[in-house]
Amino acid sequence: MIRALELMLALMLALMLALMLALVPALPAQAQDPRAPVQETIVAGLSHSRVAITADFDGTEILIYGAIKRDGPPPDDPLDVIITVEGPSTPVVVRRKGRVAGIWVNTAEVLVDSAPSFYAVATTRPLDRILSDTENLRHGITIERVIRAVGITAEAEEAGDFILGLLRVRANEDRYRLLEGEVELTEQTLFRADVILPANLTEGTYKVRLFILRDKQVVAQQERSIFVRKVGLERFIYNLAQDQPLIYGLLSLVLAAVAGWGASAAFRLVRG
Amino acid sequence: MQLYLPIAEVSVNAFLLLGLGGVVGFLSGMFGVGGGFLITPLLFFIGVPPAVAVATGANQVVASSISGVLAQLRRKGVDFQMGGVLLAGGVMGSGAGVWVFRLMTAAGQVDLFIQLSYVVFLGLIGAIMLQESLRSLMRARTPGAPIRRSHVHSWVHGLPLKMKFRASGLYISVIPPVLIGAAVGFLAAIMGVGGGFIMVPAMIYLLGMPTRVVIGTSLFQIIFVTAFTTVMHAVTSQTVDMLLALMLILGGVVGAQIGTRVGMRLRAEQLRVLLSLLVLAVSGRIAVDLLVTPGELYSVAPGVLP
Repeated sequence: MIRALELMLALMLALMLALMLALVPALPAQAQDPRAPVQETIVAGLSHSRVAITADFDGTEILIYGAIKRDGPPPDDPLDVIITVEGPSTPVVVRRKGRVAGIWVNTAEVLVDSAPSFYAVATTRPLDRILSDTENLRHGITIERVIRAVGITAEAEEAGDFILGLLRVRANEDRYRLLEGEVELTEQTLFRADVILPANLTEGTYKVRLFILRDKQVVAQQERSIFVRKVGLERFIYNLAQDQPLIYGLLSLVLAAVAGWGASAAFRLVRG
Repeated sequence: MQLYLPIAEVSVNAFLLLGLGGVVGFLSGMFGVGGGFLITPLLFFIGVPPAVAVATGANQVVASSISGVLAQLRRKGVDFQMGGVLLAGGVMGSGAGVWVFRLMTAAGQVDLFIQLSYVVFLGLIGAIMLQESLRSLMRARTPGAPIRRSHVHSWVHGLPLKMKFRASGLYISVIPPVLIGAAVGFLAAIMGVGGGFIMVPAMIYLLGMPTRVVIGTSLFQIIFVTAFTTVMHAVTSQTVDMLLALMLILGGVVGAQIGTRVGMRLRAEQLRVLLSLLVLAVSGRIAVDLLVTPGELYSVAPGVLP
């Protein structure tokens, strides 16, 4: 219910924004040189910028919306939007199994310096049609460009296979997703996309980047953040485990002891 | 109802966890084992990270062992002296186990190590138990067959440092119980199990303890070894998930009480045949995982920059 209200509010805001933008540029545009390229900027918002991981957390959907502000009439070539959502990065070890003496054992590994715990790319059209390789390299848009793996070619043969393995494993866990054509663009001005954050979410700051492109070139970009935090019981348990591990361990034992004793006592009562 | 586990950082169905705890509790109540050897692999299957499964499994065994020991205490089925000696060894073994666990984690072979331990130990114990219990079932069917003496003198009785164990009616060296305790403590740390499945046969066949006190004494020392293991894991790697443990324990204590009642209706030999088949099945299932070509050759684990 609350989510639906939030969505409606967000949409209304986006609409108002667009109306304002459509009206305002009519005045100053006259003063400018008509031949100069039109300046475009992004105005963006999120349906919610805080995600609370509660005990019954089962993933959440974030609506990312916005409008494009420009100081003149839109150019003729088509406009495209790319939105990326990136979770906190950590170093990871990727291991490959091989057959040794008949059983499957981890035989090779590479260390990837930094891989995001979550990464989603949403676009208006297929990526290869709207983004050039150089722009991808410069802005680090696709997941292959976000993973940092310096010098892994020295660590194992076919190092590229390990990266592909990492991408496959995380894609299967719904951590890495490519949502081509999932951004809705209206009248070259309004856009929106829904990104689902899965249930196995890691805590931290999630970076949302928005790009608008023309002719495979990024013409403007914008950044927003989503703060994902455990709250309530989850927060309490996690903090205790990290800050007071000894007390936490002993508390787990007390819990186990009480439950074990309680069950035995309760059943004796039932049995008479 | 989904439940987000704060340490494992995965969301699982709460009823699945309660059911899992219940089934394992049922079996452990029926057979008088902690059930750790079942709960840890089952947690792997539902997607809990291995390190969390092992540490939380140990925590769950504490609860089921306390519940079991209280029942045994009322029947005077606990030899505290023997339990203390086993425990001394157990703490040493557990410390070594946690250390090896960390080495193996760093080398990336911890999964293999856990899996191989399961296959080897469960397979071995299951096979011995099956053979033994089948033989005693046969013997029960053919009256007049020679009965095996419960207390046979062997090389074990020639060792120094002898001690009197009143409740067990034994006068033996403390070396074998300390060694057995250490071995079980080691397994408890690396497999997330209490080790009852190895402790019980060792007490009967190696130490010659009377069956009356075996389960109670085994449970008694398992409480402390798994408690020690839980705290060690909590301190060294922060992998004990309290919420996960609570769910498993809640399901487990209810299941255990039902299992105990069903177990009382079955004969001891039949129970042992069933338990050995269960142990062999778990061992076989894990062996298949090692032998069959996996669907995904690559795996991802958290790394540490040099």
